[in-house]
Amino acid sequence: MADDLVVQRREGLYCPQGDFYIDPWRPVERAVITHAHADHARRGHDRYLAAAPAEGVLRIRLGDEIALQTLPYGEAIAHHGVRVSFHPAGHVLGSAQVRLEHGGRVWVASGDYHVAGDSADPREDNATCTPFEPVRCHCFITESTFGLPIYRWQPQAELFASIDDWWRRNAEAGRASLILGYSFGKAQRILQGVDRSIGPIFVHGAVEPLNRAYRAAGVDLPETPLVTEVKDKALFRRALIVAPPSVQGSVWTRRFGEHSDAFASGWMQLRGARRRRSVDRGFVLSDHADWPGLKRAIAATGAERVIVTHGYEAVMVRWLGEQGLEAGAFETEYGDSDDEEPAPVPADGELAS
Amino acid sequence: MKRFARLFAELDASTATLDKVDALKRYFAAAAPRDAAWAVYFLAGGKPRQVVPSSVLWAIACRGAGIADWLFDACYQAVGDFAETVAHVLPPPAHESDLGLAEWVEDRLLPLRGLAPEEQAARIASYWDELDSAGRFLLNKLIGGGFRVGVSKLLVQRALAEGAGVDAKRVAQRMMGYTDGRVAPSPERYLQLTAGADAGPLDLGQPYPFFLAHQLDAPLEAFTTRLAATEDWIVEWKYDGIRAQVVKRASQVWIWSRGEELVTDRFPEIVAAAAGLPNGTVLDGEIVVWKDERLSPFALLQQRIGRKTLTKKVLGDAPVAYIAYDLLEFGGADLRERPQDERRELLEAVIAGQSAIRLSPVESRPSWEAFAELRREARTRGVEGLMLKHRSARYGTGRRKQDDLAGGTWWKWKIEPLSVDCILVYAQAGHGRRASVYTDYTFAVWNRTPRDAAEAEAAIAAIARKEPPAADALQLVAFAKAYSGLTDEEFLRVDKVIRGSTLEKFGPVRSVRPTLMFELGFEGINRSGRHKSGIAVRFPRMLRIRDDKPLHEADTLASLEVLLALQHRPASAPPEPDGEE
Repeated sequence: MADDLVVQRREGLYCPQGDFYIDPWRPVERAVITHAHADHARRGHDRYLAAAPAEGVLRIRLGDEIALQTLPYGEAIAHHGVRVSFHPAGHVLGSAQVRLEHGGRVWVASGDYHVAGDSADPREDNATCTPFEPVRCHCFITESTFGLPIYRWQPQAELFASIDDWWRRNAEAGRASLILGYSFGKAQRILQGVDRSIGPIFVHGAVEPLNRAYRAAGVDLPETPLVTEVKDKALFRRALIVAPPSVQGSVWTRRFGEHSDAFASGWMQLRGARRRRSVDRGFVLSDHADWPGLKRAIAATGAERVIVTHGYEAVMVRWLGEQGLEAGAFETEYGDSDDEEPAPVPADGELAS
Repeated sequence: MKRFARLFAELDASTATLDKVDALKRYFAAAAPRDAAWAVYFLAGGKPRQVVPSSVLWAIACRGAGIADWLFDACYQAVGDFAETVAHVLPPPAHESDLGLAEWVEDRLLPLRGLAPEEQAARIASYWDELDSAGRFLLNKLIGGGFRVGVSKLLVQRALAEGAGVDAKRVAQRMMGYTDGRVAPSPERYLQLTAGADAGPLDLGQPYPFFLAHQLDAPLEAFTTRLAATEDWIVEWKYDGIRAQVVKRASQVWIWSRGEELVTDRFPEIVAAAAGLPNGTVLDGEIVVWKDERLSPFALLQQRIGRKTLTKKVLGDAPVAYIAYDLLEFGGADLRERPQDERRELLEAVIAGQSAIRLSPVESRPSWEAFAELRREARTRGVEGLMLKHRSARYGTGRRKQDDLAGGTWWKWKIEPLSVDCILVYAQAGHGRRASVYTDYTFAVWNRTPRDAAEAEAAIAAIARKEPPAADALQLVAFAKAYSGLTDEEFLRVDKVIRGSTLEKFGPVRSVRPTLMFELGFEGINRSGRHKSGIAVRFPRMLRIRDDKPLHEADTLASLEVLLALQHRPASAPPEPDGEE
């Protein structure tokens, strides 16, 4: 429609009234950034606008030299008559929904967000960042990474108890526990949630710069020396090691000797994905909303129009239509990042028929 | 049920044989015999008939989850497994059940069959509400008759045998027929499996575990060093039929297929033929369709298996014969430890007096090169290749380790598959481990040879524009589907290409812009009215991705016709199982 506040362009999602883009995938003049994952925050834009808590991680990812302006959550600025403000999305440190207001209409672009369960239980929030806050709007642009009813996250207390059990049993057997999760977001969720008394915790070099940004933002993370700093290899036998998925099966893991490996991701919900991953354990830990979460978040906006992006767009659009909402989809280039892409298959295992 | 669900999860998560055997042993040591009896049944491949139709389960699941039918289907497409889909879409359980496996099966699952649909629905919904996601998954597999786990029957036998300190072969023999559904698993039956050496009166019709052959993949030059002289081997044709044991005891005949299914009723001709065998005889051999004094293609046998009732017409269209190649028991004595040539000699003597049972002929040649020459005739003879059995081989259990070459192995030396280069046109996501990955492909060949690359490109561009082709235009004709033969990495690569070149989605199927060529191998080729191409191929699988060849050089319908003619050329020398000694 002619007066939509956000439209789809070759470069990304575009606000015509304000002449700026939201999370563009091609270089543009003005980019409003929801969060610092690589598929949403790309290099090469002339100017960046983001939520203030995202500054540290954005500069780690995009470089110190980017022209970045930030706004605290909830504070607005006007640009060509469009009021722009950021509101917590609960996905990773600094992640935000972008609220646009123009001519009495309000649109919200969610970026990626985390909100779990059928009810707003604070125990299910992502404890490493400001929890998701619903924003009333006329039109809500929502992600749909896990937009199917098969995705329903188990309570976090249960999930972390199972991670702790796995680690404890390995430690008792004198075997290192290697848990794989994306370096930005997932790794910190794991570090924040596990029981630090079980044994020492070490991290891969890709994880630690982000840990520092989280600590600087006041998030309580344990001490995490780098694996490469460990002189006494016997320490690994009781340790939890947090590393990005790319190390699976690499020479980097040889230093641990006999170890058990696990993968933390929302995709681990499905048996097929777990088996493709070929790890000893799959833990269902996601920084995205599950199906009940998506439903609850959309309802809380009060929006009568919803535009679905990256994930199960067709399913969500049809379902929303059946609920009496006006629903459509944007084709984006999100979801193809180091964040939560479908688990790749390791080279050796044959696909069993 | 919880304990069995835990065992299932352990077996499912592990890839190491030793871990699996340990998990099994722990389970058998701890489980009550009544529960273990059912566990063995399911683990060894037993499938109770589906107690509730999938359509009913589907409807209850949609109701329980509060979602529409189409949405459940979208979930199913992503998960690739019905039982697992149900387990995930339902809300968390109200309370958890502590009933054992046997009670679940005997008191809850089996009685479901035959109940009114409303009653079934009410019960299943309440059962689901007593189990967590893992338990529901298992229950659904048991109700749906689709339970499968990554252990072989041999592994179950090994765990039972090691746990009880009995010989695994004995356990294997006692387990024959355990899963055929004639007798319900019971604690007595379970305890018999591992009872002492002289215990356990075996069911009268018990067959022996089948000895399985290995694929012989060595190059011909290596044969002499690896297999030594041809004289040490008994060489026979490898038939394309149903492997079966014929048991004759107490004036009664039993026929067991390799799947350990009792198939006596399906083959009255063989029952009649075996009636003349002396009591205490067990033969191993192949069931084939034998018509007009020659072997018929497997397709005909398959059609007959598909028939529920054996009418006169079916028996006339596809009469079967039994080709015997081994003797496992004679005069009531187990001959399996005797060497192959001794068993063979006895077999010939037994069959000599039986006109109705055919004997698999033994071929002899002075060198492996000469055998290779002979093997080339396989396709025109309607067989799959040659079987090599060492003269000193004992009749083993299952499939032996490859390195056990010291005379103990049977080798199957199959002919190279037929193959064509064809183009991927449709794709569908796989199931199980391959859920959400596009691994099931439909392939096409050109209807005629493209004039040049430009003409082929124009035809592909027309497909991409979704234009219906003109009657005489160059076009791609789909002729086969395949889903195996690639490595995981190759599947992922192809999956990516498919996602990037999708033209249209029809439910779970995507049509793609043709960009990928494959060499497709298959075992046989026949005319078929069911395919647009008029052709059906047997056991198709991908041999490799042909990145080296441009699309306009893919094969054509005419290339398939050539293969068809080649295979169905009148055989110059059909094998005659009862002659040629």
